[in-house]
Amino acid sequence: MGSILRFRKLCYVEPVKISSLLNKKSYEPTKTSSETKDEIGGVPNVDNVFDKECKKRKTKRQSREWRCVDNCCWVIGYLCTTWWLLMFMYNCLPVTLPGFQVPESPGVRLKREGLTALHPVVLVPGIVTGGLELWEGKPCADGLFRKRLWGGSFSELFKRPLCWLEHLSLDSETGLDPEGIRVRAIPGLVAADYFAPGYFVWAVLIENLARIGYEGKNMHMASYDWRISFQNTELRDQALSRLKAKIELMYITNGYKKVVVVPHSMGSIYFLHFLKWVESPPPMGGGGGPGWFAKHIKAVMNIGPTFLGVPKAVSNYFSAEAKDIANIRAMAPGLLDSDIFGFQTLKHSLRVSRTWDTIGSLIPKGGETIWGNLDWSPEEGCNCDWAKKRHQYPSSSGNNSTNNNAKRDFRVEEPVKYGRMISFGKASQMPSSQLQSLDIKKLQRSSTSKNVSSTCGEIWSEYDEMTRESIKEVADNKAYTARTLLDLLSFVAPKMMRRVEAQFSHGLADNLDDPKYSHFKYWSNPLETKLPDAPDVEIYCLYGVGIPTERSYIYKLSTTEKCNSIPYRIDSSAEASQNGCHDGGVCMVDGDQSVPVLSAGFMCAKGWKGQTRFNPSGMPTYIREYQHKPPSSILEGRGTESGGHVAIMGNVALIEDVMRVAAGATGEEIGGDRIYSGILRMSERVNIQL
Amino acid sequence: MSLLRRRKGSESDKDSNTTRDSKPIEDEDSKTEKARREKTKKSKWGCVDSCCWLVGCICSLWWILLFLYNALPASIPQYVTEAITGPLPDPPGVKLYKEGLRVKHPVVFVPGIVTGGLELWEGHNCAEGLFRKRLWGGTFGEVYKRPLCWVEHLSLDNETGLDPPGIRVRPVSGLVAADYFAPGYFVWAVLIANLARLGYEEKTMYMAAYDWRISFQNTEVRDQTMSRIKSNIELMVKTNGKKVVVIPHSMGTLYFLHFMKWVEAPAPMGGGGGPDWCDKHIKAVLNIGAPFLGVPKAVAGIFSAEAKDIAVARAFAPVVLDNDIFGFQTLQHMMRMTRTWDSTMSMIPKGGETIWGTLDWSPEDGYACSSKKQKNNDTKAVQQKDQRSQGLLAKSVNYGRIISFGKAVAEAHSSKIERTNFKDAIMVNNLANTTCKDVWTEYNEMGIGAIRAVADHKVYTAGSVLDLLNFVAPKLMTRGSAHFSYGIADNLDDPKYEHYKYWSNPLETKLPNAPDMEIYSMYGVGIPTERAYVYKLSPPFECYIPFQIDNSADGENEDSCLSGGVYTVDGDETIPALSAGFMSAKGWRGKTRFNPSGIRTYIREYNHAPPANLLEGRGTQSGAHVDIMGNFALIEDILRVAAGATGEELGRDRVFSNIFKWSEKINLKL
Repeated sequence: MGSILRFRKLCYVEPVKISSLLNKKSYEPTKTSSETKDEIGGVPNVDNVFDKECKKRKTKRQSREWRCVDNCCWVIGYLCTTWWLLMFMYNCLPVTLPGFQVPESPGVRLKREGLTALHPVVLVPGIVTGGLELWEGKPCADGLFRKRLWGGSFSELFKRPLCWLEHLSLDSETGLDPEGIRVRAIPGLVAADYFAPGYFVWAVLIENLARIGYEGKNMHMASYDWRISFQNTELRDQALSRLKAKIELMYITNGYKKVVVVPHSMGSIYFLHFLKWVESPPPMGGGGGPGWFAKHIKAVMNIGPTFLGVPKAVSNYFSAEAKDIANIRAMAPGLLDSDIFGFQTLKHSLRVSRTWDTIGSLIPKGGETIWGNLDWSPEEGCNCDWAKKRHQYPSSSGNNSTNNNAKRDFRVEEPVKYGRMISFGKASQMPSSQLQSLDIKKLQRSSTSKNVSSTCGEIWSEYDEMTRESIKEVADNKAYTARTLLDLLSFVAPKMMRRVEAQFSHGLADNLDDPKYSHFKYWSNPLETKLPDAPDVEIYCLYGVGIPTERSYIYKLSTTEKCNSIPYRIDSSAEASQNGCHDGGVCMVDGDQSVPVLSAGFMCAKGWKGQTRFNPSGMPTYIREYQHKPPSSILEGRGTESGGHVAIMGNVALIEDVMRVAAGATGEEIGGDRIYSGILRMSERVNIQL
Repeated sequence: MSLLRRRKGSESDKDSNTTRDSKPIEDEDSKTEKARREKTKKSKWGCVDSCCWLVGCICSLWWILLFLYNALPASIPQYVTEAITGPLPDPPGVKLYKEGLRVKHPVVFVPGIVTGGLELWEGHNCAEGLFRKRLWGGTFGEVYKRPLCWVEHLSLDNETGLDPPGIRVRPVSGLVAADYFAPGYFVWAVLIANLARLGYEEKTMYMAAYDWRISFQNTEVRDQTMSRIKSNIELMVKTNGKKVVVIPHSMGTLYFLHFMKWVEAPAPMGGGGGPDWCDKHIKAVLNIGAPFLGVPKAVAGIFSAEAKDIAVARAFAPVVLDNDIFGFQTLQHMMRMTRTWDSTMSMIPKGGETIWGTLDWSPEDGYACSSKKQKNNDTKAVQQKDQRSQGLLAKSVNYGRIISFGKAVAEAHSSKIERTNFKDAIMVNNLANTTCKDVWTEYNEMGIGAIRAVADHKVYTAGSVLDLLNFVAPKLMTRGSAHFSYGIADNLDDPKYEHYKYWSNPLETKLPNAPDMEIYSMYGVGIPTERAYVYKLSPPFECYIPFQIDNSADGENEDSCLSGGVYTVDGDETIPALSAGFMSAKGWRGKTRFNPSGIRTYIREYNHAPPANLLEGRGTQSGAHVDIMGNFALIEDILRVAAGATGEELGRDRVFSNIFKWSEKINLKL
């Protein structure tokens, strides 16, 4: 600071001093800035230097105006350089820091134990996680040929959102490709190893399997277009035929070793569909003959299976509001909610996801028998405090008795009526006698509102065809169970439900020998199919527990009268109940954040256990639950003990189980059932003829 | 400190103020003082500052440009190009779609050597974090980061030709395996894009990627690659109800030849598909740039790792690798690595002197290299013929001498060459072996005497070159001779030809019994292609490859075929037209002993025309070995065949070179 002051002195004080001292020269302040000074030969150098000094200061001060840009550049440059330096240093570092101990991956450990690749492995990805790429598009998608539209960085979503939506939607009549657009599933392991950069799906499992000797020839990703219905993947892409050929090939080339299939999420019902398809006679099925399954498959390890559907699918269809999976909003909810593009994002995503048939496969199956009626549900009295409780005693949660104790404590409270999957306003708590029953069929879908829809521009959803009255009527203090839900959906979205009902069925079979059940629409519903005759094949249900999972919803009419808004919204203001089962209009149960325990575990716990009519040959079933434990530090990423629906694919215990089975172990050898939740009790309460 | 100095300065200032005509020394003093002060000020503000400023400026400018580029519609570059060069022709896919062509036959691609990607499945510690990352293909980032590690992982076991212990490098599967070799350097991508226009997609296209480093039969033994190809073809035929069209490129043609024999052979050694498998499943085989009879380049590659631009690792960055930029013997490392790759041996010239010529005779005799220049200007075949007949007068080149030591020897008449037999020379285990440590090539095991003896033999034809390779690279050739054969069969019914090592040699196998199948040979012509080499002994140097192409050997005038120690003939820059075309032109034409069922063969040549300007990239009329995959005429032919056309409808043969004349000269029993 001192030196600066001094400089000032030099500049401004001294010249005056000089001029006052040297009267001979007429010193004019204007001249100081002029260049003529230099020409005066007699002037002492000192003077000159001072002037120059001053001039410099002046030019510097003049340049203040453009210093702003300058400064910006400087800052950016500074940041860039440091960034590069850091990057360089990061790259120079050895890959593994000596001090940082990476926990040993299960693959390494099991390799030391002597496990090697034995059975070929087939991975069946679920909904949403598989990548889709463009093969033919409209002019707006120029230059995207064979680029990922779904998965990866989603950059196109931000660059050309409307174009992107157009290419990802399907024809609303047929549920197949729209004219001039071909979007296809990416084949190979890359299809679903990472969903987005850094967000693994199968990658961890693949890497661990590779440690014990798996590679391209004995590991296959059965990717399929998860937007279209299961049978359509065969009609359009021959995906089922290809899977069949692949399994047969791997069976032969790997020394006649049976295949271990690892489906995830919706992949589990896709594979169920495949099982039935492959043994059915040719026109509708694959013609593999009745022994195909027993001959080629060793075990089916369903990870987070959605056997009985997920309530989320309903809310997604109803109002595009499922919280975190199975629809477009999954990857960027904040962005899509905030209407950043200035158009009705939610509406768009509703329209797009309604063209996807597969979401129809996730609608809860089995009706009131499974999911409960207005007053009863299998989960009744469930302990909603699981998260806190479990965290305190993560080790003791292994046995059922403690759980049961905890549950009994909560019995005192008014139980949550989970059976009411969708209820409006107070209907969620009212006794069932006061609820009005609604005859959906009586309501008329008015066509007079067509003109309304025209004012709404191109964004059209089937809600625009409904009159205000019927919208109100649907909502008026009503509650819907898993059975009446289907009526509701076919009322509000008739076109979609027509398509869905042609492809999927959501009922419960009375007589499985009825010839109608040979139709493909029943194949993906475990309650309407018999498992194939293969007593040696093992079926596993592997899923996470300990995370609140959406089970039923409290809705309200949305207040806005705008023509193209979705008339129903989840009532996020609905008061949270004491025990934590309600939260923002959503009633929660135990699960893996997407799939409730009941849906994932029921078939293994009861429906297929032993020799039942759904499992006539008595295949052994095993339940392996994984208690959720959030990552302890940020460094762990998504954690190695997570139970989240997708994050469970990085769960060390799960990976170990899969690897042991792939290397030849049986269900008994890996420890049989491993249960933390109340699934057995819940299943017991489901009254189903076996 | 600075305060002190400053006071001093100001004091001297005052001094100079008071005494007006002070001495210049003092002035000087104060000046330097000022200058220093300015400097300190500058150095505090200036240097780092302006650097940062510059970087910042560049960065922001870059970002703005990037943003603009991204904001612009994707078709802008095309507009610009069209504005400069005039409207581009429709890509063949669009054109043929308008003609009404649609997807019909499923298509199988068989990539060649080098172009397929390889990824890591298991590696040593140095390759940490590279799991399932591309080691070969893509950006080759790892070559620069950890070159030794990279070489180690891409090498194979020197004895077995299979994986070294603890390392598993496997081919990338799917269309991505070889659509682009490196970013922006297409291989199959253009063809795939054009096929997609007709409606092709994943279910009707299949990339038969295989590990191109190991021998053909080993791909089945290790990876069951051929079983997978068989199963995939069967599946595509079943689901689409149409036979497949197979499109092998480069070494893929040999691989597919091997496959066709394998699939019909009985089970333990073959695929057990039965004698009519090919007939039932294959409509046509469209060989692009096929090295059916081998490439001379492969010899140079094995002999001295010097093949100019393909089939060895130097292909992608020759400058870097030649310069020894890493300070160790890159070339030797490369040589060691490529010598562990069995597949390079599948491309050693086959058929010996019958095909490739003797010391004094070769089928290409009289080829005038000068004609090439005219050819670019006018493509009229008549004028070319004139040129060629003129060329006949010129002194003919002894192409038969694939390797000769010294230019004088290359041109002398055979009777004048004194040759000594190198085989008697003794392998001496000299001490250089130990000093070279890990950079080990088999040359280090040879004594100086043996090396001299090799050079003294002076001239090698296609026949004797095998002996030469056996001598200088015994290990490699032992492995090679177990998997490949280079002769001509006298009697194809000899039961020994049932062994798999003969399957990839078209001169020692019969084509399958499939009279409805069609075989096309499609290749570029009009580019000088390596055919024979002039070698010299390199200056004795420890740990060095003792032989080198004699770069100083040039022809007398521009028209000469000799330049930089390499004799060139017509071809596609890698494969001489003779190798690519002979089988279709003569060996398989009609009903011959190599083609007992009379499979129809067609030759489609594509004359090379370099890209007119930079904007065209690698050109749409190129005839070069890999660039031809973007040649519109070739793509159109493929699309037509895939959409159902036969060779007759395509216009049968389309020939620019002298391939028929040359083939005629070859005296081969048919």
